[in-house]
Formats: sequence, structure tokens, C-alpha cells
Amino acid sequence: MLSSLLIILAATFFTGIIIRTKSIASGRKGPGIFQPVKDVIRLFRKGAVYSKTTSFVFQIAPTIYFASVFVAMLVIPFGQSKGIISFNGDFIFFAYILGIGKFFSIIGAMDTGSSFEGMGASREALYSMFAEPAFFILMGSLALLTGFTSFQEIFSALHLGSSISYALAVMAAFVFLMIAMIENSRMPLDDPKTHLELTMVHEVMILDNSGFDLGLILTAGYLKFAIYGAIIFNLFSGTIAYQYAIPMFFGMQAFLAFVVGMIESFMARFRMNHNAQFIVVLSSVSLLIFFGALLVSGKFI
Amino acid sequence: MNLVWGFIFVPLIAICLIPFLQLKGKAIAVYAAICFIAVLTSYVAFGALAGQNSELILAGSFITGSIRLQVDALSAWFLLIINFAFVTGGFYGLFYMNAYANQPKNLSLHGILFVLLYTTLTSLCAIQNSIVFLVAWEIMALSAFLSILFEHEKIATIKAGINYLIQSHVSIIFLMVGFIWVASKTGSYDFNDIRAYSFAQSNAVSLLLYLFFFIGFAIKAGFVPFHTWLPYAHPAAPAHISGIMSGILIKIGIFGILRMLLLINLDYITVGSIILTISLISGVYGVMLAILQHNLKKLLAYHSIENIGIIGIGIGLGCIGLGMNNPILSSLGFAGALLHTLNHSLFKSLLFFTAGNIYQATHTLDIEKLGGLVKKMPQTTVLFLIAALAICGLPPFNGFISEFILYTGLFGTIQNAYITSLIGIVFTIIGLTLIGGLAIMCFTKAFGVVFLGNPRHDFHSEVKEVSFYQLLPLYFIAAFIISIGLFPGFFLNALIKPVQLFTNLHQLPFVSFQGNGIETLASVSKASCILILLILVLIVIRKLVLQKKSITVSATWNCGYIAPTAKIQYSASSFVKTYSKLLGIVFLIFKKEKEVEGVFPVAAHLETHPYDKIEKWFIDYPINNFKSFMGRFLFFQNGKLQFYILYGIIFIITVISIPLIYDQIILFIEFLKLL
Repeated sequence: MLSSLLIILAATFFTGIIIRTKSIASGRKGPGIFQPVKDVIRLFRKGAVYSKTTSFVFQIAPTIYFASVFVAMLVIPFGQSKGIISFNGDFIFFAYILGIGKFFSIIGAMDTGSSFEGMGASREALYSMFAEPAFFILMGSLALLTGFTSFQEIFSALHLGSSISYALAVMAAFVFLMIAMIENSRMPLDDPKTHLELTMVHEVMILDNSGFDLGLILTAGYLKFAIYGAIIFNLFSGTIAYQYAIPMFFGMQAFLAFVVGMIESFMARFRMNHNAQFIVVLSSVSLLIFFGALLVSGKFI
Repeated sequence: MNLVWGFIFVPLIAICLIPFLQLKGKAIAVYAAICFIAVLTSYVAFGALAGQNSELILAGSFITGSIRLQVDALSAWFLLIINFAFVTGGFYGLFYMNAYANQPKNLSLHGILFVLLYTTLTSLCAIQNSIVFLVAWEIMALSAFLSILFEHEKIATIKAGINYLIQSHVSIIFLMVGFIWVASKTGSYDFNDIRAYSFAQSNAVSLLLYLFFFIGFAIKAGFVPFHTWLPYAHPAAPAHISGIMSGILIKIGIFGILRMLLLINLDYITVGSIILTISLISGVYGVMLAILQHNLKKLLAYHSIENIGIIGIGIGLGCIGLGMNNPILSSLGFAGALLHTLNHSLFKSLLFFTAGNIYQATHTLDIEKLGGLVKKMPQTTVLFLIAALAICGLPPFNGFISEFILYTGLFGTIQNAYITSLIGIVFTIIGLTLIGGLAIMCFTKAFGVVFLGNPRHDFHSEVKEVSFYQLLPLYFIAAFIISIGLFPGFFLNALIKPVQLFTNLHQLPFVSFQGNGIETLASVSKASCILILLILVLIVIRKLVLQKKSITVSATWNCGYIAPTAKIQYSASSFVKTYSKLLGIVFLIFKKEKEVEGVFPVAAHLETHPYDKIEKWFIDYPINNFKSFMGRFLFFQNGKLQFYILYGIIFIITVISIPLIYDQIILFIEFLKLL
């Protein structure tokens, strides 16, 4: 319960901080950090335009996409306090529930019969397919380290003792951050601010969405960032008491948003055909973590 | 006893009656026979699942010895799967076949074969005598072969049928070698003697014996590299037959593999590793090739190979769990495999039936020609979507449950495993996740291109939804799919007895999924319910919000281009272009290309045909080599009568002269023995 509230709160400013960081880095003043939320509220008030090619699939796709992200959020714990949904193997559920959202956002894009949206859909399907093993190997190595198979138990049993385990946690944080970037189609893989449909991934999929539906899709994006931020925070939080943990949580989210903003400001987007290679690299980093976990748990004999 | 006579005579009567009845009568006879057997066998099967095995010994003949029939929990599970698929598939088939009402003779044969196929499939689950088993197996293979050939006027259908016929006989050869081996050593055909024999042998001998059975059954099940008949046979058959072939026929291979696992005493870690490796390759390779296919049914056929891989992964994990004395991995592995067998038979038959609807409406299965069917066939669209989500293993559908059970087993053992098995576990996890991701890609492509967007092709006849009765069984299957997804605990409970059969092999302390199965799945179903509730609430909110707003309908955004055609849409090939380029080394894609040339371009075209690399190296290459070798002896067959008479004379002289040199032959053999 607590984690969901905190994630929703963090989602209100996460994307705003990214945008603000980017503006300041490029020498502009930039909008306030709550501007994305204001945008969504404005979208909720607007009417909608639907393409005449589309069917009911296009109408329900954003709803299911948002619902899947929202339910995935309920799985995330906060330190000692469980998520609303918590059971052995809940991270499998987490990955697959995000999968159903992805499925619908892809077929929603295909429903418009546009040449551009199909392009984005195809890329999204490919990249998320490559990103999935990285997440599962990473969670597998955490399960190996701690001996538990639910988010909450894993994170509360994760004691960062030796220097190796710190190195592992940093690498894990990197992988989670990159998965968040892939899930949200951000900079090294996709430029959300590009103006050319041919080079977009996520943005081109939602070209035809408007009004309430677009608002839902944007909100889901903000939530996703905060969800992955919360996972990364959980990696380090362990058993810290709430009065310290909650401020730390927001500090961490703001820091991550800042990092994302800096990456987006000072890095060029990869060429499309390099993206897949980059994502496969993530899986190998996860494998590295796995072997590190083997080392820590003393099974490497 | 009476049950058995009913089981034999009712189909027999139906088969004899069918040719003499009117069209409607044929349909009723076929379906009545199916329902009768279904009720009969379900009654026995439910008893066995509740813990009451039925066993019956028929006198048999002097060739076969006494014939033992036995329905234990494993048989019962498969019997129920078969029954459900045939009751729904048969009903669908009745209406699907309406389109061929002008071929009554063909329909009679088809009806007879359908009943025969069903009877033999159910009997295979119970027969415990190897000769009778092989006979039933042969009848099953032949009736499936003839069912595939329904549209025999097409050359592709004949080719696919003969391919199937040959490969299923290769399968029978392997089974025969296995059975004859045991029979020659023990002098009995009873399955129990296989067990007795294998317990007396060393592990290596048992393993070899098991591998014979495994290859025989794996050809039927469609494990890579024995899968090459599947992608031809499934598209060629009528929709209900392909649904049943994919849902049931290949599962009887899985049944055989599991049955032999129960009978043969093995080193379970070795066997588990072998099955796991083959299954991982099957799973990933099947879905990788599925993505490339342009023919909807062929795409589904490759997905069957993938799902057989997932089932095999479960069996492999179960065996490794047995070897490691790990009750969690063992029970969850076998439970995942058995549940996925049911799940796959549900969603795959649903997919094939909806593909059949599409074929009837449009007369094509070429994905690139379809599009926009959602507006013409909304019910088929929803049913296909449900099955597609289920096959991708997404919650809240049934595919997720079985994959989740496998994952739980994998992650649950990670802590207690040692380095070698850990590496196996990690590769299995990578494989399973890749399969899931690739399946999403494949079915977003299939669903998106076939049902969504604008029609890509101008069909001469009007495309319309099929009749309500034809859709009715599909709704049943869809409801079943969702109910497994939402209430998995019930089905896991039904699996306790079958799984116990396997854990008892090593006397593992298996206590009906307490602690890691039932409770977790209860939470999963709760979470799934939350998802559905949330979606419903959001839909209502959306409706309320949008009620007062202005809704405009306009053209799709095309960067300002205002006259888009259907051709401008993303096609199936373009959807997977990046993917096929990225993994190009694995694939074999034939291209026929005529490029645009000159100042005033003339017509150009590009055609691609994905081909199976394993088929090329494993089937085509050896056969071509063999053919070219045999070609060297073609001069014998020169068409001249004189030569043929000469061959006859040479043969006769050789036969006559054998007694003359008998002593020399004996001497030669003795000499060989000395060496």
C-alpha cells in the first residue's frame, strides 16, 4: 500500500525532473517539474479523434496498457512493507503483466493501418523481447543470493556486505535503469523528442491516440519510470527505518530522473540497428551479475 | 467388461452406418458415437483422477497374449484432454464440413476416419500390451493420414500427406524396435515386463532402450529435429483436423514419453538433461521460425513445435528434479508439463478453428493478403485474440499459469542447486523468456496483420462471419481458457494424482503442492482478478468521461499525406524485417526478386519463402545424397526385357546353388566368429 502511494507521488515529478534537467543542460529555463501532470490533466479534459480505420481494439488498448502498468505497480514493495500483491514469484507476474500491456499497445498501433505505427510496433516488439531475459536473469541471481522468490522477501533479505555485493548491486541498478529506458523508450534507444516518424519507437505508436487515451498512455509512462526507480531504491534500502527511507526514496527518484536527464542531454541516440545489440549486452551484464552471485554464495567450486 | 464392448461396438456400428445415411444422418452418427465414447471414457477417467485406477485383462489371442487395459491418473488426464478436444472439435467440424456438402462420399470417409481416430487415440491411453498398442498406433496414424488428405485434389495436400505418412512410419519403426527388444528378452508383450526388464539392466542399456521409445514418440510429438512433418501436415488438413492434430495427436507422443518414463528405470539426471536440451531447442527454434511464416496455419504449426518444447522443458525439469531428489522441481516440472499439455490443446485448437473460419470466409490463409477482418468477423477476432494472448503466456489466461508453474519450479530450486544444474536452470530461464518474448512478437504480427487495419486484398465474394453454431464450441473453449487462468488451483488439485505417479518413482516426499503451488496460484488468480476489475473500472470511467466530449472520426495520420492506400500499411514481412535480418544466420530464406530498372520503371516483384534449415540438413541433404547414390544403379533398370529375364535367371541360379555351397557358408561364419 505504502509503496504504491509513494510510487504514484514519485511519478508526478519524475518525468518533470528529466525535462527540467534537459532544459537547463541545454541552456533553457524549462517548464516546472509538475508540467507533465498538468499536460495529462489537460488531455483528460479534451475530446478525442479516432481514425476511421480503427476498431474496438484501438479503443481498449490504452486502457489495458494503463491497467497493466498499474497492476505491475501494486507488486512493488517498499523496504519491509509488502506491495498490495505479493507472493512467491511475483516478479514473474510483474514481467508478464507488463507484457500484456505491451501486447495491446502493439496491436493498438497496428489497428490504425498506418505505415509509421507499424514500424514503431515492430521495433517495440523486438526490443522488449530482447530486454526480457536480462530482467529474469537478474531476478534469478537475486533469488540465488537471498534464497527467496518474491520482491519483498528478496529486497529485505538483500544485505550488502562485501565489496563484491556492492559491485553487483551497482551493476543491477544499471541494468534496471536501462530496462526502464527501454520500457519507456528513452534516450540511448529512442529519442522522445525527435521530429521524424521514421526514427521513433514509442512516440510513433501513439500518433493516433488523443484525449483521454493519450492521457492514460502518458500516465502509464510516468508510472513506469517511478516503478523502476522504486525497484532500484529497494536494491539499496534493505532494512532502513521509514522516517529515513521515505525521504531517501524521493531523493533517489529525483537523482535517477536527473541521471536520465543528463544521459539524454549528453548522449546521441544509437543507430536503430545498434539498439538490438545494446539490449543483448544488457543480458550479458545480467549474466555477469549471475556469476558474481554464484561467487558470493560460494557455489563456484 | 461391458464398458469395453460398448467402447468397441458403438464406434463400429457408427462406422458401418455412416456410408448409408443422408448427410444429416452421417453428422448425427459421427457426433453421437463421439459423445458416447466421451461419456464412457470420462467416467473411467474421473474415477482414476480421484484415485481409483481401473484395470481389466482381456483374454486376447495366442499372438498377443492376454491384453491388459489400465486407466491410471496419467491416462485419465490425457483421456479428458482428448475428450474435450474431440467433443468441441467434432461439433465445429460438423459445421465446417457443411461447405463440402456436395461431396457425400468424401464426407462419409472423413466421418469414419474421424470416429476411428478418436477411438484409437482414447484406446492408446489404456492399452498395456505392446502388439495391440502398435496396431492401434498404426490405425491412428493411417486415419490421421487419410483425414489430412480430405482436399486431395491439391498437390500440396498430397505431398504433405505422404510426408506425414513416411515420417509416422519412421516413428513406428523406432517403437517397434523398442517393443521387440523387450519382447525378445522377456517373451511377453505386457508393459509391466518392460519395467521388470529395465530394472534388471544397467543404466546405459535402459537409457538406450528409452531413447528408442523417445525418438519414436518424439517424431509424433514434433520435437526438433523430428518436427519437419508438422508444418506441412497442419496447413493441408481441414481446420478441425489440424486443430485436433495440433491439440491431441502430437500430445499422444508426449503421453508415450511420459508413459515410458514411468516404465523404464533410468538415471533421471541424464534423461532429464537430454529432454531439456532438445526441448529448449524445439521451443526457441519453433517460435523463431513461426515468426517468419506467411501462411497462418503454418505459423500455428511452428507454434505447436514451440509449445511441445515448453511441455518438454517441464518433463526435463521434472526428471532432473527426480534425479536431484528435489520434490519441488520434480512436482512443479511435471505439473507444468501436464497442465501445459491441456492448455496448449485448448488454445491451439481455438487458434486453428478461428483460422478455419478465416479460410472459409476468405479462401486464403496468406497473411499478407488479409487485413481488416475485425470489422467483418468481430466474433472470430475476439476468439482469436483470447487464444493469442493465452498462447503468449500472458495473464489472466491459462498459458501464463503453466509457464508460471515452471518458473516457480526453476526459481524455487535455484538456491539448492549446484553449479552444473544451475547453468542448466539459467539457460532454461533464458529460453523460456525468449520464447515468451518471441511469441508476443509473432502473435502481435499475426493478429495485427490479419485482423486489423484495412483489407489488403479485394475478395470477390463477400467476407462474413461464420454461423453461430460453428462459433459455439469456440466460445466453450475460450471460457475454459479463461477459467483455467482465473481458477488455476482447481486444476492443480486435479493434477495431484498424475504428478504423484512420477514423484513416487523416487519416493519423493511430495505433499500435493502445499506451500509452493496452491497458495501461490491463489494469489496469482487474485492478482489476475484485480487486473480484470481495474480494466472494467477504467472502461466505465473512460465511457463516462468521453460521453460529454466531442468525438471526431478522421483519417489515420500519415504525416500529412491524405490519400493513403491499403498497400501503405505495414505488412507482415516488414513487421519482422529487422528481426529476420538480425538473426539471419539461423534462417534460410529463398528470395525471388526482379528489381526496378531503367528510366521508365516496369513492373517489379519480390517474393520470399522461408525454409527450415534443419529440414534442409537433416532431411533433404541425406535423402538427396541417398538418391544420387542409388542413381548410380539406375542402369539395372534399363527397360530392356532381355535384361530383366537375365536378372531372373541369375536369381534362380543363386537360389539353387545356395545348398551346394552351404558348408562353405557355415565355415565362413565360423571363421568370422573366431575373429
